[in-house]
Amino acid sequence: MLVLIGVLLVVIGFALRLNPLVVVTVAGIVTGFLGRLSPIAILNAFGNGFAASRSVTLFVLVLPVIGLIERFGLQEQGRRLIARLGALTTGRLLVLYQLIRQVTAAVGLQAVGGPAQMVRPLIYPMAEGAAERRYGTGLPEAVREKIKGFTASADTVGVFFGEDIFVAIGSILLITGFVDSAYGLKLDALHIALWAIPTAVCAFLIHGARLLYLDRQLNRMAGPAPEADQ
Amino acid sequence: MIKVEWFYWLCGAIFIAVGLLTFPDRTNARRFGSGVFWILLGGSFVYGTYVVNKTAPAAVLGVAVIAMAALVGAGQLGRGAATGPSRAEQEAGADRFGSRLFIPALTIPLVVVVFAVLLKKIHVGGEPLLEKESETLIGLGVASIVAVAIGFVLVRPKSPLTPLTEGRRLLEAIGWAAVLPQMLATLGQLFVAAGVGKEVGRLTEKVLPDNSLFGGVLVYCVGMALFTVVMGNAFAAFPIMTAAIGYPVLVQHFHGNAPAVFAIGMLAGFCGTLCTPMAANFNIVPAALLEMKDKYGPIKAQIPTAIPLLACNVALMYFLAF
Repeated sequence: MLVLIGVLLVVIGFALRLNPLVVVTVAGIVTGFLGRLSPIAILNAFGNGFAASRSVTLFVLVLPVIGLIERFGLQEQGRRLIARLGALTTGRLLVLYQLIRQVTAAVGLQAVGGPAQMVRPLIYPMAEGAAERRYGTGLPEAVREKIKGFTASADTVGVFFGEDIFVAIGSILLITGFVDSAYGLKLDALHIALWAIPTAVCAFLIHGARLLYLDRQLNRMAGPAPEADQ
Repeated sequence: MIKVEWFYWLCGAIFIAVGLLTFPDRTNARRFGSGVFWILLGGSFVYGTYVVNKTAPAAVLGVAVIAMAALVGAGQLGRGAATGPSRAEQEAGADRFGSRLFIPALTIPLVVVVFAVLLKKIHVGGEPLLEKESETLIGLGVASIVAVAIGFVLVRPKSPLTPLTEGRRLLEAIGWAAVLPQMLATLGQLFVAAGVGKEVGRLTEKVLPDNSLFGGVLVYCVGMALFTVVMGNAFAAFPIMTAAIGYPVLVQHFHGNAPAVFAIGMLAGFCGTLCTPMAANFNIVPAALLEMKDKYGPIKAQIPTAIPLLACNVALMYFLAF
């Protein structure tokens, strides 16, 4: 039972927001001692584990090219393409953005979206603009808050359930790196990535439906919608 | 035969180059500690080859790993003031290259698939062209080189070092988090070596209804989500829940399809990430960026998605992995 203290240390350390790298290292050392490993055996375990898990960090290989095209306007070009989405309702705009975010993340373009790069400067203003077109510029604060929350969520849900379809992502490489070295399995990262697709589809359907429903909620909160104008 | 070790060395070379560029970087107040950190990391990728081949003592690498964590713990890993592209640079680039900018990045998944699916079957002189079981990783390594070459031809940066300096900018921004997944994988193995999996397994046997496949799937998925909510990080939850249930119960006992079990298990953890203020950079930072009154606004928008999605993951795993 004593070796479980290591698990507890990880949970408490993360929950207390201590530096995760330090928490993990300390938990490893403590677990080793509680498992009655000698100090040299613990060092060996760290060394063997780290060497066997190098595949987990191979995603770093894609950083130079992403950095390069970012320098030459990748994100700006992404913004320009999305800005063309123009005259949609708030909900439909966000569904489309979530889809774009999922698909681009799935092919390794996680850098195209993100709260700082895309949501704040472009998607939120577009979503808010769509609501103002419909309900006038005097939107109640609660409506703006709601749009903000859903805009952030479209980005986050999109990237979470898109990036796992791309093989060079930490979570996939962690899965293969961990189970291959701990249990001697030989899993292909590409298979793990493919098995992320069903969940990605569910995520799109569930959150997409809620984003479409957002239009109705906004109607109720800010309406009556001047449908006659359209 | 193309070996995956070559790409670990390439990765190591990138870290060492980043370290060498860090020492003279006067904009980084912690340039000495930071340089040592990146060089230790790079060196560990090269030295690791010999550890895996059992031709060098693993304990030396163990010391280096703990030293890296100590540098981070002592606050010695900093970053320089390398700035991202300015608005003007970005606009000029987008004007000039337009959507061609996506080409280098899109090369990566394309090349990976070619390697993992087609070149995997090619034999040269009686042996496979690509090291067995590592085809996808080799594809990723080659893809990243091809992508840089294409990017180079496309944008023609002034300096041949631009991909390196730009990669360094991104790597410095990621900081210690770049090594966290690898450290968690290492911790997972320590857990296994110390018998944590067996202990948790004994506990779960008491909790789990006898021989219930559905119970096992439910505990694995919901456990991933709950651990993630508490820790704010699905990566940390994965080794724990997998050592406890994912591997011994679902894969060993019930003979589940391992890639499906682990992939869906991780995504069940992501449902937890959607709900937790502990995952600040995903959930709290956007609220701040959007100047929201309610800093939990994004989480409130996400919870009603996370719960049905978690249920979907349970169902998907139950029906697809067994």
